[in-house]
Amino acid sequence: MLRTLHERPRTRSAKGRTGGFFTTMSAAALDLRGITCTFPAPSRDAEPYTAVRDVDISLGDGEFVAIVGPTGCGKSTILNVAAGLLAATAGEVSVFGTPLAGINSHAGYMFQAEALLPWLTARGNVSLGLEMHGVARAEATQRADAWLERVGLAGFEERYPKQLSGGMKKRVALAQTLVLEPRILLMDEPFSALDIQTRQLMENELLDMWSADRKSVFFVTHDLEEAISLADRVVVMSAGPGTKPVAEFKVDIPRPRDVTEIVQSPHYLDLHRRIWEILKKEVLKSYERGKTMVPVG
Amino acid sequence: MSPAVQRTVVWSCRLALIGILLVAWVIAINHSKIAMFFLGSPKVIAEHLFQWFATGKIFRHLGITLLETMLSFVIGCSLALVLGLWLALNDILARICDPFIKGLNSMPRLIMAPIFAVWFGLGIWSKVALGVTLVFFVVFFNVFQGIREVSPVLIANARMLGARRRDLVRRVYIPSAMSWVFSSLHLSVGLAFVGAVIGEYLGSSAGVGYLILEAEGTFDIETVLAGVILLTTCALTLDYIITLVEESLLKWQAK
Ligand SMILES: Nc1ncnc2c1ncn2[C@@H]1O[C@H](COP(=O)(O)OP(=O)(O)OP(=O)(O)O)[C@@H](O)[C@H]1O
Ligand SMILES: [Mg+2]
Repeated sequence: MLRTLHERPRTRSAKGRTGGFFTTMSAAALDLRGITCTFPAPSRDAEPYTAVRDVDISLGDGEFVAIVGPTGCGKSTILNVAAGLLAATAGEVSVFGTPLAGINSHAGYMFQAEALLPWLTARGNVSLGLEMHGVARAEATQRADAWLERVGLAGFEERYPKQLSGGMKKRVALAQTLVLEPRILLMDEPFSALDIQTRQLMENELLDMWSADRKSVFFVTHDLEEAISLADRVVVMSAGPGTKPVAEFKVDIPRPRDVTEIVQSPHYLDLHRRIWEILKKEVLKSYERGKTMVPVG
Repeated sequence: MSPAVQRTVVWSCRLALIGILLVAWVIAINHSKIAMFFLGSPKVIAEHLFQWFATGKIFRHLGITLLETMLSFVIGCSLALVLGLWLALNDILARICDPFIKGLNSMPRLIMAPIFAVWFGLGIWSKVALGVTLVFFVVFFNVFQGIREVSPVLIANARMLGARRRDLVRRVYIPSAMSWVFSSLHLSVGLAFVGAVIGEYLGSSAGVGYLILEAEGTFDIETVLAGVILLTTCALTLDYIITLVEESLLKWQAK
């Protein structure tokens, strides 16, 4: 993992910064310090709910980090904080060394729920971000079409989301996010709604794209197998309330990886067993606290 | 049954129904003077309709009724869109206005017709005013709902893609509101039409409603029914046009 960090060429904006060499080197893509999120009580006799408490997580420049944890523990909450969509009750977020205020403009976010605009075609959805950034219509359309082709949707430009399958919609969402070339990618269970074959296909595609330009990725998933096969590092979250990271594992399986083959390697199996041991405890805890649970592993 | 056969069956049954009604009607008026007085003769009604179109007398009246319908619809929709957007995006304002809007909406609008006649005269504008009060609320509530029901994930997504407030209004709120408005087009256009005709009926010097009013004054039941049939045909045609418009506007909602 360290290798990937250091081999990666500095990006333009990092180079252009006035800070010295060392400050640039040390600035993580995302740095969450002491993040606490408390949601107000839904009714008067209920207690406010603290979903995550005192969370420290960082994401190195060009690093791929997977976050796993029991359902309802606060994974989406953490991504929302990193995206600047949700203001933490306490704690600080910095993006490439700068404190975050408002929306995180370096980040692209693929949401857990479906988020395509239903009244726009696939092309309209992908070019939307470009148009809002002031790119001319013609160029935005052309770049959108190029991305749709890259995610395997050439010929589907004029379709509306209702006319696309679940997997196709996820591809459009991926293109919609990537067309803006964000340096940070936040992905919230992007493939969990897909069947296993489509999912592995998309995972491989994601890895291909990622290895081409090494974005910094926060990847939330329920699925340990997915986490290990994709990430440089897997962070395990505890059961809620007051969730925080309980363990961290480096995944030193060499790249390029193929998610369909990796699961047979002894190295993978060993990692899986070690992480599952910890994750299982949290999943059970979460289950005992009367929450719904989707066991994985 | 194939769809083509089904269509044929449906249409022949419809025509047969009309045929049966007509025959029953003719038999009734041939056997009873009272039925003749109350129902009139279909043949005379058809002649009236034919004369209206042959002499071109009807076009001025029909034109005025349709103009009033269109003006009510356009003005009612525009007001509702602007006010709906404004209120839906301002929570405090919405709470302040809530009882007033509900109150105005539950007020019986037809009672306002004579007042509008005083305010706007007997020309087309008093009818437009009545139509607007009918159209406005339907559209307003749809716009309001359309904006309040936008999924927070869509907003979050648009913001992550770089949307500022202005972009959100233009690219998320308005399209969402419009989809609700379009889905109530049948109702709002229908109400605009009703507003125009009732307005004419309650006092005017032109329009199809006026023709009916005039004929009623002389117990000319055949002219009244000719007017009613003309209005019904217009309403059905409008409804059909709206269905076509809907199909092209709401393509994205189709399965
Ligand atoms: N807006 C909110 N108001 C109140 N409680 C909330 C809100 N958003 C989240 N929560 C609570 O915070 C906790 C964490 O939610 P979050 O969506 O982050 O979980 P998650 O780890 O992403 O779950 P999943 O894996 O099922 O997606 C949950 O218990 C949820 O009920
Ligand atoms: Mg979640």
